[in-house]
Amino acid sequence: MAFAEVLNRFADMDIVGVMERVTDTDVRRALANRVPSVEDYLALLSPAAAGLLEPMAQQAQQLTLQHFGRTIHLFTPLYLSNYCTNQCVYCGFNTCNGIRRAKLDDAQIRREGEAIAATGLKNLLLLTGEAPKKASVEYIGNAARLLRDLFPSIGVEIFALTEEEYAHLVACGVDSFTLFQETYNPALYADLHPGGPKRDFAFRLDAPERACKAGMRVVNIGALLGLDEWRRDAFFTGLHIAYLQRTYPQTDFAISIPRMRPHAGAFQPTSVVSDRELVQIMLAQRIFLPRCGLTLSTREPAELRDHLIPLGVTRMSAGVCTAVGGHADADETEGQFEISDPRSVDEMCAVIRSKGYQPVFKDWEPLEGAAGAV
Amino acid sequence: MEHSNNNDPLVIGGTELQSRLFTGTGKYGSDAVIPDVCRASGSQVITVALRRVDMHAATGNVMQHIPKHMQLLPNTSGARDADEAIRIARLARAAGCGNWIKIEVISDNRYLLPDGYETARATEVLAREGFVVLPYMNPDLYVARDLVNAGASAVMPLGAPIGTNRGIRTKEMIGILIEEIDLPIVVDAGIGKPSEACEAMEMGADACLVNTAIATAGDPVAMGEAFGAAVRAGRQAFLAKAGPVLSGSASASSPLTGFLGA
Repeated sequence: MAFAEVLNRFADMDIVGVMERVTDTDVRRALANRVPSVEDYLALLSPAAAGLLEPMAQQAQQLTLQHFGRTIHLFTPLYLSNYCTNQCVYCGFNTCNGIRRAKLDDAQIRREGEAIAATGLKNLLLLTGEAPKKASVEYIGNAARLLRDLFPSIGVEIFALTEEEYAHLVACGVDSFTLFQETYNPALYADLHPGGPKRDFAFRLDAPERACKAGMRVVNIGALLGLDEWRRDAFFTGLHIAYLQRTYPQTDFAISIPRMRPHAGAFQPTSVVSDRELVQIMLAQRIFLPRCGLTLSTREPAELRDHLIPLGVTRMSAGVCTAVGGHADADETEGQFEISDPRSVDEMCAVIRSKGYQPVFKDWEPLEGAAGAV
Repeated sequence: MEHSNNNDPLVIGGTELQSRLFTGTGKYGSDAVIPDVCRASGSQVITVALRRVDMHAATGNVMQHIPKHMQLLPNTSGARDADEAIRIARLARAAGCGNWIKIEVISDNRYLLPDGYETARATEVLAREGFVVLPYMNPDLYVARDLVNAGASAVMPLGAPIGTNRGIRTKEMIGILIEEIDLPIVVDAGIGKPSEACEAMEMGADACLVNTAIATAGDPVAMGEAFGAAVRAGRQAFLAKAGPVLSGSASASSPLTGFLGA
């Protein structure tokens, strides 16, 4: 069974309408359950739960401490290429946008990697647009090989691949996968992706599962909050993780909670997620999925990020530049989106420590170096 | 720290330990507190996930915070099968972490329960290579016997799933291991309060490993000290042999043997 079948079960259900009928008592019951059910998760995302954020926060903090301790894992993205054949109406890399396009060559990749490694970071996320003729799976795998000695952990946030292609990246030293479904609403998805290979909703929906099968150690998913009614997409993101956790118990999972940001192009968010609502989503996800990582990007402003640290976040980006070549070269391209927290790695570490948490740089040891396979 | 049972060492892999509390390095808000926890708790064995060790880092390397006198117990956190555990163990030894290894083979990231079959497989290979192997395990008698045969130097049954602080939920099963297995029994995982560590020691466990309950306490140093005291008290109580616990109300009559007369 694939997650599409789970999604289909809810196809005729008015999720938002059901959430509006949730009562204060339902939310309190959800908080009292040791193992929250899907119904409990739905209650925690409801308007009624918005009035109970403090008890939710207390519980979320407790669960996070128990499972992750006082630690925040740090990573940063490296944009390899911004060529793209897709027409995602909300994205700065949209093929129709007249931005400068660039792709790093081997020497530039190495230079970017060295510039990032000099900040002390050990966990790198490689990104590209979807243009396999410009930035193929082989090109991305080669980039991973070029950077292996600098970063014990390398992730990819690229276009959806086949299982064999993911396995190729794993063989090149990639150990984590990030991919956003953007929205779990198939009709809206079609509207938002009028052209390009990304139009294939089902192929993208199954990509995390293919990544698990190919041996990725960490699989990070998310919806771009604001594209659709956020309650719906947050609900399905949680269900997606729950499905993957049950099906692939050997894989670690994480959720990102990106909100729409200003970018090149005219599209503006259809729904706006307020700070309170963002917090509610985070807390509901932590309570429903206590062992799932929670990734917070620099899309969010510095002050808000600082407040969110004790509420369940486990992974944060730092020292971020969303432009191709932006870490080593002054002559960079436009970014994919505008970041709101431009702080350096050192500055982020200082803030994390001031909150009583420990910034963690390294959390994996590549095994190829070990003597003799058995 | 004073050790009250100096004539009662725990011997694992030929090493004599005065403290029966093992500690960890994960989940701390700052690794800088680790030396104080070691001192306050009296612990002499500390486990560290190799995945987190960064020998090349100028700062931020957990190893810099581990006092030199501690017996290092690197663990194979992140291993999903025996092969990965074996590779991690070899990397740990090559990185200068010594030849003790705590085998953790976990391919269920929801409950973090250990895989007994793969654990035994890794134990056999590593024991043959000269490692002092301490496998983390479900308290299952058959798995424990396999681990004995595989060359383990101790077994580390879980009290409850890792990080849950739920206490010794597997008490009956750990009791069976204490009775049947001749290796040291180190109760690992699930111990949330000093009273629970004390309970494990009173039962006859040889040692306890406590990480989450210390690392996530409001005051990890004070909690470390409390655990150190609890483990010593529990051990002392075990050695002192508790008086019998009577069930029901006491009765002066002897309904079954009264016919024998006084």
